[in-house]
Amino acid sequence: MIQIINYGLGNLGSVQNMLKRINVTSTIVKNPRDLRAEKIILPGVGSFDTGMSNLLNEGWVEALNEKVIKEKVPTLGICLGMQLMTDRSEEGQLGGLGWIEGEVVRFSATGLKSPHMGWNIVRPVSHDASILRSDKPELRFYFVHSYFVKVNNESDQLGVTNYGGEFTSAFRRENVFGVQFHPEKSHKFGMMVFKNFASL
Amino acid sequence: MLKTRIIPCLLLHEGGLVKTEKFKNPKYVGDPINAVRIYNEKEVDELIFLDIDASRKGEEPNLSTIEDLATECFMPFAYGGGITTLQQIQRILKIGVEKVILNHSALKNPDFVKEVAKHFGSSTIIVAVDIKKDLWGNYKVYDHVKKKTTGIAPSEYAMKMCEAGAGELFINNVDRDGTYTGFDSQILESINKMVSVPVIACGGASGVSDLKEVVTKANVSGVAAGSIFVYQGPHRAVLISYPSQDELQQLFS
Repeated sequence: MIQIINYGLGNLGSVQNMLKRINVTSTIVKNPRDLRAEKIILPGVGSFDTGMSNLLNEGWVEALNEKVIKEKVPTLGICLGMQLMTDRSEEGQLGGLGWIEGEVVRFSATGLKSPHMGWNIVRPVSHDASILRSDKPELRFYFVHSYFVKVNNESDQLGVTNYGGEFTSAFRRENVFGVQFHPEKSHKFGMMVFKNFASL
Repeated sequence: MLKTRIIPCLLLHEGGLVKTEKFKNPKYVGDPINAVRIYNEKEVDELIFLDIDASRKGEEPNLSTIEDLATECFMPFAYGGGITTLQQIQRILKIGVEKVILNHSALKNPDFVKEVAKHFGSSTIIVAVDIKKDLWGNYKVYDHVKKKTTGIAPSEYAMKMCEAGAGELFINNVDRDGTYTGFDSQILESINKMVSVPVIACGGASGVSDLKEVVTKANVSGVAAGSIFVYQGPHRAVLISYPSQDELQQLFS
């Protein structure tokens, strides 16, 4: 069973709708004490500090560290959820969860429209495709974000995307997964990512 | 590379899906949920739903309809129509809608856009700008509730909306709506170059070549259309359709 973390941000309904469509059972969990899933999804739309302070204030950080770091429960961060998994962000003052070494920076190339919004290609860069495993020649996903993750260790990268230069659009370290795009809004490509994650 | 978004713009009226001509004469083209299911199959880039009655009648957004649509919609989905409060937006986003479209409420009170941006972030807000030529042939922002043009110049208004926090602009040409006469690229280009947020062009598409043309000429980030995705043929038979990804790729490569 997958639990979707409800910390007041993000499009939980869409994530659950798509999981239901691919016959994966999920529940939305509001209270850290109820965290007992075999898999966790950390969604999120909004600003870094709002996300982090909600996680801190509602007691999620401790509960998640227990599950993710100690028990090694597979955990997928989506969009802001992915960004929160890193050390810090240019967007805010608060430290991140620190599960992946790296930081979040703003798109700054001149002439580039921000947010990066729309469908773009994710190019798998790891021999272990894991959640990006697919028989499609090209992977397309829907993005909406103004900041992106810069990982310290290239080996953590699963996929990259080009928008005024390449950035990390999917990462993995052990049981920690993050995607910058929105699988829940990327029809068959999103279903594929969720299926891969559910069958880990 | 970021792909150009091609977006069916679907109009809700009295519980059904309709298509208008110059914002008038809504013709029934089918059931909205059924249309969403077809667009899912066709792997559409994004969908825009506009309730064309809500603001005119002073009604609230119909949450149960929006929820039914959102539950079926596995692609980004923007909703507009009758939105006037932060509470409504909160509910709409919770249901599973990505973006809300503000039109009349933004025109009446630009500070509302600011407030929405502060609470929900700019990437959640599309400001819809209806434009129409006035008696002297100059484009002005159109007020669809009062059914008349305002004295406001579109570029000026677009910049003001971006400053207020719009994350995206949806420019809808009233004169071209449902007319198959192509986009007016010139006005779109003049608006697009004034703003740093993505611009979606709407109004006038007669086929996929028009989509290509407006992207080339006006450099917009997205193109929306109604008629060509709900009608087919010279007699405008109702047919929910969308170009294949291969077709789009060829068109924009």
